[in-house]
Amino acid sequence: MTVAELPVTPEAMPVLASEHEEETKPQSLAFICYSGDLEKTWAGMILASTAGAMGMPTKVFVTFWGLQTFVKDGKRVTGDNWMQKMLSIMSRPGIAHRKLSKMNFLGMGPWMMRKLAKQYNVSSPKELMEMAQALGVEFIPCQMTMDLFGIKREDLIDGMGEPVGAATYLGFVSEGASPIFI
Amino acid sequence: MTQAADVTVDARGLNCPMPIVKTAQAVKGLASGQILEVLATDPGSVKDFAAWSKSTGNELVEQTVDGGVYHFIMRKK
Repeated sequence: MTVAELPVTPEAMPVLASEHEEETKPQSLAFICYSGDLEKTWAGMILASTAGAMGMPTKVFVTFWGLQTFVKDGKRVTGDNWMQKMLSIMSRPGIAHRKLSKMNFLGMGPWMMRKLAKQYNVSSPKELMEMAQALGVEFIPCQMTMDLFGIKREDLIDGMGEPVGAATYLGFVSEGASPIFI
Repeated sequence: MTQAADVTVDARGLNCPMPIVKTAQAVKGLASGQILEVLATDPGSVKDFAAWSKSTGNELVEQTVDGGVYHFIMRKK
């Protein structure tokens, strides 16, 4: 019998057979939370909390306007110099103070969104973010954005990871995490 | 119901993604083989629980619907 005539059975391919039985490992995710808009923050927190619930190892790199979302709600002004302070005054940081990118109407839009969400039992971005943290999702601040806006570790919410840079984020992707940019 | 549940999650009235998130939290406290029961009214939860079960490996033993309430029975892996 030549090699080509060998019967191809699962027993003949033990490696493949065991691979078939093996459970698929959950896909890991690497979010970039770039936007500070209410609707995008909401979408990001829905996906992040669900990823945690699905048992998918998930990291969320928070950068630029997204970092403003992770400043404590009670913190009114951030930054060291007048420009950094001015930016935080013009756009209040904190997850409870997000604005809609469209139809903000001086806060009327977000107020209606929150009212509707309550009526239809849709959880707030803050609740979802806390759920995500409880389910093991790690939120990681961008060091460069912290420097740019003068945001300190103590300005940020509790439980965040060590501040890192773009290379660390891309490292997650090169290790197999799927990138999601919001 | 075929089996008595060890834990019941009442997610009635809650919208996406809370039925799944609450279930994942409840499952954490269970031992392998224990039974979890979930009540939900979100019509999207039917497909969501199938996807969640497939992804996490927790078995979806039974699902029924009664008067707009979805009833899921799951066994922790």
